[in-house]
Amino acid sequence: MWPTPAEWQIVGFTLAVCALSTLVILPFGIAVAWPLARYRWPGKLLVETLVTLPLVLPPVATGLLLLKLFSRRSGLGHFLHEYLGIEVVFTWRAVVVAAAVMSFPLLVRSVRIGFQNVNQRLEQVARTLGAGDARVFLTISLPLASRGIIAGILLAFARAVGEFGATIVVAGNIPGRTTTLSLEIFETVQLGHDASAYRLLILSVIIAFGAVWLSELLIKRSALR
Amino acid sequence: MKLEIQRLSLRLQQFSLDIDVNLHSARTGIFGRSGAGKTSLLEVIAGLRRPETARICLNDLLFENTVQKYSLPVRLRKIGYIPQDDLLFPHLSVRRNLLYGVDGKSKHETFPFDHVISFLEIASLLDRDVRSLSRGENQRIVIGRALLSSPRLLLMDEPLTALDAKLKETILRQLRLLHHEFGIPMLYVTHDPLEAMEICEEVLIIEAGRVISRGNPSELLR
Repeated sequence: MWPTPAEWQIVGFTLAVCALSTLVILPFGIAVAWPLARYRWPGKLLVETLVTLPLVLPPVATGLLLLKLFSRRSGLGHFLHEYLGIEVVFTWRAVVVAAAVMSFPLLVRSVRIGFQNVNQRLEQVARTLGAGDARVFLTISLPLASRGIIAGILLAFARAVGEFGATIVVAGNIPGRTTTLSLEIFETVQLGHDASAYRLLILSVIIAFGAVWLSELLIKRSALR
Repeated sequence: MKLEIQRLSLRLQQFSLDIDVNLHSARTGIFGRSGAGKTSLLEVIAGLRRPETARICLNDLLFENTVQKYSLPVRLRKIGYIPQDDLLFPHLSVRRNLLYGVDGKSKHETFPFDHVISFLEIASLLDRDVRSLSRGENQRIVIGRALLSSPRLLLMDEPLTALDAKLKETILRQLRLLHHEFGIPMLYVTHDPLEAMEICEEVLIIEAGRVISRGNPSELLR
């Protein structure tokens, strides 16, 4: 009943790539959510639509777009391969990219709500006390939006753990290299390895439970501060 | 103090705020009913609202000149703004709230921390959680935070609203002494004639966005 070493490896790999993808998109998510929450500017609707796109596009279609974007025949893929020696497609990097792109909209939405809920009068008072924009953002807006940010991190991480469609197209399902929990569950079900599928299912539930529990704990702590 | 507010025009929901006054008193009251435009006037002076037209100068320092499209950034105006709503930073301790406007300034630029704390009698509150403070305690911390930033001018927007009579008397006493103690001029918004008479040397009466009279509070409001 206990998971096999191979299954533990898959769990570890999934957690690592999902944590990495969440970490990578966090600064970008905050940078996009802030102007969306606070300002009116030309092109805002376009940016909102583009950010939401991965949420509504079929994940496989997003995967195909990423495959085109990062293949060696594309400008970006060629540049990464030729000049930086970085291969993305069908490597762990593709798993990170797919998870990042698919979870980005959820992060932005949640962080944006966090910023919208900050009382702007507090920011105004901080300015009257001599604080510049950067200080107001770092010492008032960001900490007061922390609940939204924490919730966004959790949602993005959970979405990344559950990612399947885009990953299988852009990263494939290469044992020991790109196989994630979701891909492995699909694989074991396909092959009729029910015991393994259920073990991985239980591990998925534990990870999801742990993520939600941790987030609730962090949100409570941030509220108590 | 010399505060010049010239050709100020700002469209509000029901009327336009149209003010043209030069103020010289160290403690000036802005008196009027709720919705007369008093808070909007303070917000324009603090730089929190942009008027359609205005030229505002404090002791020859230009704050706003719409003709030149010039507006001094809020952080450089050095205004101690004390709003009527609770606006302590909820995620910071009382001490951190008090020191927010001090950070980055040298000791010579600011009032001594201990002096402000003892004047406002808030030493026992320093280690308290902001959310555990009563309304009166809260308001004294807001005043202390503004004072510690060493402002050029204090803008007080009905700071005693919603306080009980006893607490009001305590803070009123402190506000009366505040100018003598720290030498900072203040604009004091209120709709309570007694408060205006207690604190202010001069009062402007505002109605529907216009100054309808000005003078000695005891004569105008009695």
